[in-house]
Amino acid sequence: MRVAVVTFPGSNCDDDTVRALTALGVSPVRVGHRAQDLSTVDAAILPGGFSYGDYLRGGALAAQAPVIESLRAEVASRQLPVLGICNGFQILAEARLLPGALRPNRQGTFRSAWQTIRVTRASPLFWGLEEGELLRLPIAHGEGAYYLPPGQLAAVFGNDQAWLQYVSEDGLLHTEANPNGSVANLAGVIVGSVAGLMPHPERAMADYLGSADGARLLQAWLSGISRRDGHAR
Amino acid sequence: MAQFRATVVVTLQPDVLDPAGDATAQVLRHMGYRVADVRIGKSIEVRLEAEDRAEAQALAHKMAASLLANPVMETFSVQVEEL
Repeated sequence: MRVAVVTFPGSNCDDDTVRALTALGVSPVRVGHRAQDLSTVDAAILPGGFSYGDYLRGGALAAQAPVIESLRAEVASRQLPVLGICNGFQILAEARLLPGALRPNRQGTFRSAWQTIRVTRASPLFWGLEEGELLRLPIAHGEGAYYLPPGQLAAVFGNDQAWLQYVSEDGLLHTEANPNGSVANLAGVIVGSVAGLMPHPERAMADYLGSADGARLLQAWLSGISRRDGHAR
Repeated sequence: MAQFRATVVVTLQPDVLDPAGDATAQVLRHMGYRVADVRIGKSIEVRLEAEDRAEAQALAHKMAASLLANPVMETFSVQVEEL
């Protein structure tokens, strides 16, 4: 299976993401922000970091990179699975490949913390992740408050795009479990083959790191891709 | 071709929370000012070439709508002056 990991100027979780995929038995393909041909990859990850120094808005400048136009074409023509993590999620939102936008955290400060994340909608993209399942994952962002224009929240939930939500440790949805002011505690959304989340699964790959739930999430994504494409990995 | 300076002012839409504006308002109140509200935006100056003022205005508007502002959560205004 060929999974591309895209590096933009200012990406800084690309190495961790490559390591995480390698630990799960995949040899990732490293791709630069000017890449124009993604016709031979089976999936792509936009990793976390601070592309273009977060200038203008997080992800705004990276969303105009040539590789994003390539991704857009592959998503449209063959539903290429794309996963955006943190800054990668911001880039996908700025590129309008996902709805909404990520605005500065409600507290006005960078948040770095472990969070409990609930899988609100199961998706064939993440095979084996069950609805209602709880994951322990770290967040690290200054612009992570998910925002939807008035009236769009119902559509996101109604169209099964509301994928992950911040919850308390016992799995309850309430405002105190919301680390950044995201609308409806949303931590991740899915539209078609494109998924984005603010937490960092690649930083939760083993119990000694605090949690192995990131490995579970990434493995589910790889399984979803394998089953979809009939790959024997 | 003539030279123009377009000033694009980007602000958060009225219903979008502005943590930086809120923090600044709080400090202004602490300093003794009776401040109802502070909203922080960006002012972006673009020097560009265009045939005339109308084209410069149209180009700057396109830049604002496609990159300088995110219409999902921001609004913008464009002012153009010939240099």
